[in-house]
Amino acid sequence: MINELLFMNGYAVYVLSAFGFTLLSFLSLYLVTRVQFIKEQNKFVAKFGSLNIEQANSAKSQRINKEILANATDN
Amino acid sequence: MFKLLEPNKIFQITSKAPKYVLFLFVVVLSVGLVEALILSPEDYKQSDAVRIMYVHVPAAWISLGIFSSITVLSISGFIFKNKNFFLISKSLAPSGFVFNIIALVTGSIWGKPTWGTWWAWDARITSMLILALFYALYLISWRIYENEEKVFKISTFITILGIINVPIIKYSVDWWNTLHQPASINILSESSIHSSMLYPLLIMTAAFALFSLLIFLMKYNTELIKIKNKGLDRL
Repeated sequence: MINELLFMNGYAVYVLSAFGFTLLSFLSLYLVTRVQFIKEQNKFVAKFGSLNIEQANSAKSQRINKEILANATDN
Repeated sequence: MFKLLEPNKIFQITSKAPKYVLFLFVVVLSVGLVEALILSPEDYKQSDAVRIMYVHVPAAWISLGIFSSITVLSISGFIFKNKNFFLISKSLAPSGFVFNIIALVTGSIWGKPTWGTWWAWDARITSMLILALFYALYLISWRIYENEEKVFKISTFITILGIINVPIIKYSVDWWNTLHQPASINILSESSIHSSMLYPLLIMTAAFALFSLLIFLMKYNTELIKIKNKGLDRL
């Protein structure tokens, strides 16, 4: 069966390169998007850390900010 | 109704969803790959080269679907004065563009054993290339313009121009003599594809749709955090 998969009646080079290109594109897009996400998340955490108590309390009044911080510690 | 879709409210869901979508994507893709590469039969004419269909066709479908969604959302953003629609459109575009490129490259690879050439300036292939250019213009417009109002207008204008190309892509194989074969799957009439090939194709389409959902969620969350970063600067 492995021989069949590797030969595919002579079309393996086309079939496997099409599937390979697709999976490589998926992996690249996933990694680029993940890196961008982590970069923004880290920027948010750093900025939040530099706020004074009053500013931090004001920022924490928004649920989404609390969520971002909670997710950052989860990751 | 739109208030339910406010970023502040849905972030709780969109921030947790990616890990579940990723898991589901890996499962569905694994099943799809086994079906597409091992279990599905070879074609009586194209032999095993037909297996390229399982990545080429879903990629083309999804890139067309995403571009259509981006256009509808951008126009709705203007009509309902809802910035979130623009944010959703912007987050959908990267995966749509990548699927468009996958459709072009895998189509080119498929062309060599079946038509004897990597590329032909035929109506279907050329119109898909034009769609990729519209995707690129759309993504570039978000990078170039800082002014929110300006980028909303320009990106929507690009999608309106680009959407004219979508029916051309769909009907190009009927309107002109092309190397590309006509559609094998019809929603309104009987499909000419056998179920042993249709099911793997549908599973791979589901896997690709899950991947675009995953990228959309990650990109949307990134955009929301970017906005919140700007909010912290203003405190």
